[in-house]
Amino acid sequence: MAVDAGRYSLTPNPRTRRRKLVNVLMQGLATLAALAAVAVLAVVIISVAQRGASALSWDFFTKTAATFGQGGGGVANALVGSLVIVALATAMAVPLGILVALYVSEFAPPRIADLVRLVLDILNGLPSIIIGIFVFGLLVIGSGQAGWKGSFALAIIMLPLVARATQEVLALVPSSLREGALALGASRWRTVLGVVLPTSLGAILTGTVLAVARAAGDTAPLLFTASIVAHAVTWAARHPVRSIPYDIFVLSESPDPADHARAWALGLVLISFVLVTSLTARLLLVRYRKTLEG
Amino acid sequence: MFLHLLTGAAAAAAGALLIAIGWKIFDIAHPAISKFGFAFITRQGWDAIHSKFGALDLIWGTALTSVLALLVATPISIAIGLYLSELAPRGVRTVIASLVELLAAIPSVVLGLWGILVLGPFVGTHLGPWLHHYLGFIPLFDGTPQNAGILVAVLVLTIMVVPITSSICRELFLGVPTELEEGALALGATRWEMVRGVILPYTRTGVGAAVILGFGRAIGEAIAVSQVIGAGHGIHRSLFATGDTLASKLAGEYQGAATNIQIASLVYLAAILLVISLLVNLAAQVIVRRFAHQRTGGS
Repeated sequence: MAVDAGRYSLTPNPRTRRRKLVNVLMQGLATLAALAAVAVLAVVIISVAQRGASALSWDFFTKTAATFGQGGGGVANALVGSLVIVALATAMAVPLGILVALYVSEFAPPRIADLVRLVLDILNGLPSIIIGIFVFGLLVIGSGQAGWKGSFALAIIMLPLVARATQEVLALVPSSLREGALALGASRWRTVLGVVLPTSLGAILTGTVLAVARAAGDTAPLLFTASIVAHAVTWAARHPVRSIPYDIFVLSESPDPADHARAWALGLVLISFVLVTSLTARLLLVRYRKTLEG
Repeated sequence: MFLHLLTGAAAAAAGALLIAIGWKIFDIAHPAISKFGFAFITRQGWDAIHSKFGALDLIWGTALTSVLALLVATPISIAIGLYLSELAPRGVRTVIASLVELLAAIPSVVLGLWGILVLGPFVGTHLGPWLHHYLGFIPLFDGTPQNAGILVAVLVLTIMVVPITSSICRELFLGVPTELEEGALALGATRWEMVRGVILPYTRTGVGAAVILGFGRAIGEAIAVSQVIGAGHGIHRSLFATGDTLASKLAGEYQGAATNIQIASLVYLAAILLVISLLVNLAAQVIVRRFAHQRTGGS
């Protein structure tokens, strides 16, 4: 019996070579896809930074918008407006979100907990413009726009984000801690307030910051609820107030290049805020989760 | 006990909110629903002067942009997920993963601004003519490329969907048991054969759910799409034409609605969008939950 030299040879035959080639090709394509995503991020950030930086000035931040048809002016009312709207939305969404998360992780029977999680996920999946129209129908028709109505719409967007993030963190709190507190004779609510919440506070806060970053850039809920006519700088949420994302939306549709410059500058302000806060929150969240998981 | 009741009430409030949203949207849309009925869905045109409204153009625009964006985004997302879970060196892995997630953090209005002023002109003067020259025989690339239109909307939606689906894919791929992967490699499979033979079949259902979630995101995006799509009318096959989607129509006409029936008709569009996105999200969540159930052996 002659040994088939080709069959046992260590040099690759054409079939092996083809398999290896396909392998290298596919690895190359996967790497390329990841690089492309990073490149798009870089291109968007660089575009915004380049075009936005030149329009930034002291006046830009401190003056209010010029009346229609005149150039110049700043964005003070949009800055203040965004601050008020988002702060108020946070004040509405965070307590409620934490309570819902506590119910899911500490009190609810498993089936109900599943149902609440499903409701939160579906709420999170609703298009934000639908939320805007809902608040428009509920609060705006008949009585007009106001800052707090925009906040209410943003709060609906933040609620599932805060609740889900908090609930996932609470699930990481070791049950030995809970059992320890209960064994010492603490009641259910003492255990929750004294042990569970303090242990997870850091992670809950970072989850909240991520929700704030998301809400700060959301435009669709504000179109119908908060922003159409508002020229003066106002801290009062019972008036209509301008906001940064709304102003970018309006300026970007204008044919005037000067408006585009201001849209870029506002875009730079918004993107810096959003990227810095979400990056920091993400890094901190990883740290907190590691400590919780031990 | 008190805390139990308080948190329970908060959870009930979240459920009530979801119901209230559905009820209120249909409530405002009611005049249009009773006037036009279901024929609204299959009628073309949006004529504010004669108060004749139909949703078909917008449903077509929504379907075309979202489906195409998903067709482009799905292979890219799977590739990114594979790169991050299997290929990337440990050091850069977390960095690239967080950069991809940052792409999802860019506000849609900023992406739309970039879309209309940077991407649009690029499509109008470079990408569009190139596609038309080489692929013009396909009806999709027929016509004259413009700075705003369906193609730009598809690209912007792709950029929005990729970070979401790719991070879900990455988690799914990381969840594949190492024994299975190592078994395939030990049998002499190349890395790609291991991916094709083990990872992809194992995670198929989950990837499907990720794609559906991405679809839900794409059909609901109002702001960025209305900035770049050009607010056109009619049903066109060409990607160079302008168009509108359900969501972008809502964002585009937010202050233009003059009559009550026009407002009701706009909200009818919102009701259609609401029903589609509820179904899409529910389907994705059911798949995700079943998938998790299966993998943990039902516990």
